[in-house]
Amino acid sequence: MSAPAETPGRDTPRGGLLTRLGRVNPVFWLLIALLGIIVILSPNFLEPFGYMNFLRRAAPIAILAAGQVFVLTSGGFDLSQGAVVTLTVIGSSILLGANPDATAFVIAAMLAAGVTVGVVNGLVVAKLKVPSIIATLGMMITLGGIALTWSGGAPRGYLPDTFRFFGRFMFKDVPLVTILPVAVLVMIAVCAALWWIMHRTNFGKLLHAVGDNPRSALLAGVPVTKVRVGAFVLSSVSAVIAGILLGGFAGVSTDVGIGMELQAITAAVIGGARLLGGHGAVGASVAGALVLQALFTVLNMLGLPKPLRDVVQGLILISAVAVATWRRRRSGED
Amino acid sequence: MAGLRLTTLIPLVLLTVALAIYATVAIATDQPQFLTFDNLLSLLGRSIALGITAVGQTFVILVASIDLSVANLISVAAVLASFIMDGDPSRMFPAVCAVLAVGALVGLINGLVVAKLQVNPLIATLGMALILQGLLSASFNNFAGAVPESFQGFAYGQVLGVPVSLIFLLGLTVAAWGFLKFTRAGSNIYSVGGNAEAAKLAGISATKVIVMAHVLCSLCAATAGLYLASRLRSGAPWIGRDGVYDLESIAVVVIGGTALAGGRGGVWGTLVGVMIFSLIDSTFNIAGIDAFAKQILRGVIIVAAVAFYVARSKRMAA
Repeated sequence: MSAPAETPGRDTPRGGLLTRLGRVNPVFWLLIALLGIIVILSPNFLEPFGYMNFLRRAAPIAILAAGQVFVLTSGGFDLSQGAVVTLTVIGSSILLGANPDATAFVIAAMLAAGVTVGVVNGLVVAKLKVPSIIATLGMMITLGGIALTWSGGAPRGYLPDTFRFFGRFMFKDVPLVTILPVAVLVMIAVCAALWWIMHRTNFGKLLHAVGDNPRSALLAGVPVTKVRVGAFVLSSVSAVIAGILLGGFAGVSTDVGIGMELQAITAAVIGGARLLGGHGAVGASVAGALVLQALFTVLNMLGLPKPLRDVVQGLILISAVAVATWRRRRSGED
Repeated sequence: MAGLRLTTLIPLVLLTVALAIYATVAIATDQPQFLTFDNLLSLLGRSIALGITAVGQTFVILVASIDLSVANLISVAAVLASFIMDGDPSRMFPAVCAVLAVGALVGLINGLVVAKLQVNPLIATLGMALILQGLLSASFNNFAGAVPESFQGFAYGQVLGVPVSLIFLLGLTVAAWGFLKFTRAGSNIYSVGGNAEAAKLAGISATKVIVMAHVLCSLCAATAGLYLASRLRSGAPWIGRDGVYDLESIAVVVIGGTALAGGRGGVWGTLVGVMIFSLIDSTFNIAGIDAFAKQILRGVIIVAAVAFYVARSKRMAA
C-alpha cells in the first residue's frame, strides 16, 4: 500500500529518461504492477474476453471517479453519488416497467434528474455555504428516502433489454479486440469528454482556481457559484451514467449504489487528487479506478471474503491520503 | 466569548419552536395524550443512543476534527458486547471492558492518523468506518449472542420513575461539561480547536489534544453501542448504520451551536439539539408520516439546520 511512496517522486535527480519516468503519476506504475500480478495469477487475462470484461466491470467506478474528481478539485466532496446510482436504477425500472419502448426518454429524464441533484448540491454548498460533506450526505439520505418511497420499499420492476444494452451488450468480431462491450465504449466516451472539460477548457482552469483559493478566485472575478454548481452537476450526471451501466450488469435493488461514492473518492485520491481542492486530473482518477478494480480482482483471485475488500479499501484510502500529505510536506520542506 | 451567548440562545429558540409545532400537531390531530410530561420524557428516552454519541462527537468537532466512523463503531460495540456476554451475567464486566478497550483503540488510531499523519479527518474516519464495517461483516451477518437480563437494566431500568438510561445521559453530559469547563485538558480542547497555531505557540501539544478528543468520542460511541445492545437484547452488524448515527450526531452537535470549524460550543447545546431532533421525530410520528417520507424530510431538515447556522459565519465552506 506504500507503493506510491516507493516510486520515484518529484525530486528525482535530473537525467533524461529517468526524470521523465519519475514525473509520471505513480498511479500508472501501480496499475501496471497490479495488472502484471493479475496476468501471473491468471494468464487468461490477456485474452480479449479477460481484459474487456475487466474494463467493463471497471467502467462504472471509472466514470464515477472522473465525475467525483471535479468536486474534489473544487474543494468539496460528493457523497450523494451512490444514492444517485441507486435512484437511477430504481427510477428507470419503474418508469420502464410500463413501457419498455421509452428507453431514450427515460434515460433523458434520469440525466435531467442528475442535473437537478447536482444543481441543488452546488447551490446548497456555494450559496448557503453548507459544508459539502453535510450537504451531500443530506442529499444521500433524501434520495434514499425518495427511492424507497417511489418503489414502495421493495423494488419489483425489471429493466428491459433496450435499457440493459449499455451495460450488457458486446459487439462481436471486432478487429483487433474481437469483442467490444458497449460499457467500455461509454466509459471511453464519458471519460474523454470529462478529460477535455477538465484539462482543455476555461471551466477546468477556473475550477482549479476555485479549489486552490476560493477567496482569491472570487476577488479575481471567477464566478465561483457557477463553477461549483458545474462541478456538482458533472459529478451527479456521471453517477446517472454509471447507474445506467450498473442497471445493465445486475438486477434492480435498493443497494446497487451503496458505497460507490467512497470507491470513487478512493480512486480519485489514489490518482493524486488533492482533498480540499486545487489539484485533480481526470486521467489519473480513471487510472485510480482501474487500480481499485484490479486490486479487487486480485483479492478475489486470492479468495478473500468480500467484506474484507472494504477493509482493504479503507486502508488504501487512508494510506493514499497519508502518503500524499507526507510527500507534499517533504517537498515543501526541501 | 460574546458570540457564545448567541449560540446558546438560538438552540433554545429552535427548541421552543420544535416544541410548539409538536404541541400544535398533537392538538390538531386530537391526540392530547402525547402532551403529558411522561410522554415527553419517553420521547427523549428514544434518543439516548444519539445523545451519547453526540456528546462524544462534540469533543472532536470542538477540536475542528470530525468522526464519521461512530455509526460503524456502534455496530461493532453492540455485536461484540452481546457476543462476549452470550446471555451469561458473569461475563458482563469483561464484555464492557473489551468494548470500551476497542473504542479507545479506534479513537487512538483515528486521532493519530488525523494528528500525526495529517490525514483529512473526513477521509481518516471514513476509512476507519470501512475497515470496521468490513471486519464486522466478515465475522457476523446476523444478530450475534445475547445480552443477559441484568444488562438490559441499562436500557429498561428505572429509578424513581426516571429511566436509568436518561439519568446516564444527563450524568454523561454533566461530566463532559465539567471536563470542558473546569479542567486544563478541557480548555486545551477549545484552544486547539479555536486556533491551532496559537495553541502551539502557547505550548499545547495539538497532537495530544486531538488524540484525546478522538478517544473520548470513540468511547462514547462504544457506550452507545452497549446501550443499543442492552435495548435490542442482542447486537446486529447493521444497527449503527441503520440509525445514521454518524450524520445525525454531527447535525445535532451543529444544531446545538458548536461550530464545525472548531473552538466554539459545548455539550449542553448538543443535548438541546438531541431534544430538537427527537421532537421532530415524534412530530412526524403523531402526524402519521410514513417511514420513507420521514427519511426524505430528515435529510432536508439536517441540511437546512446546518445552513441556518452557517449563514451566520462568514467563513468559506469547503
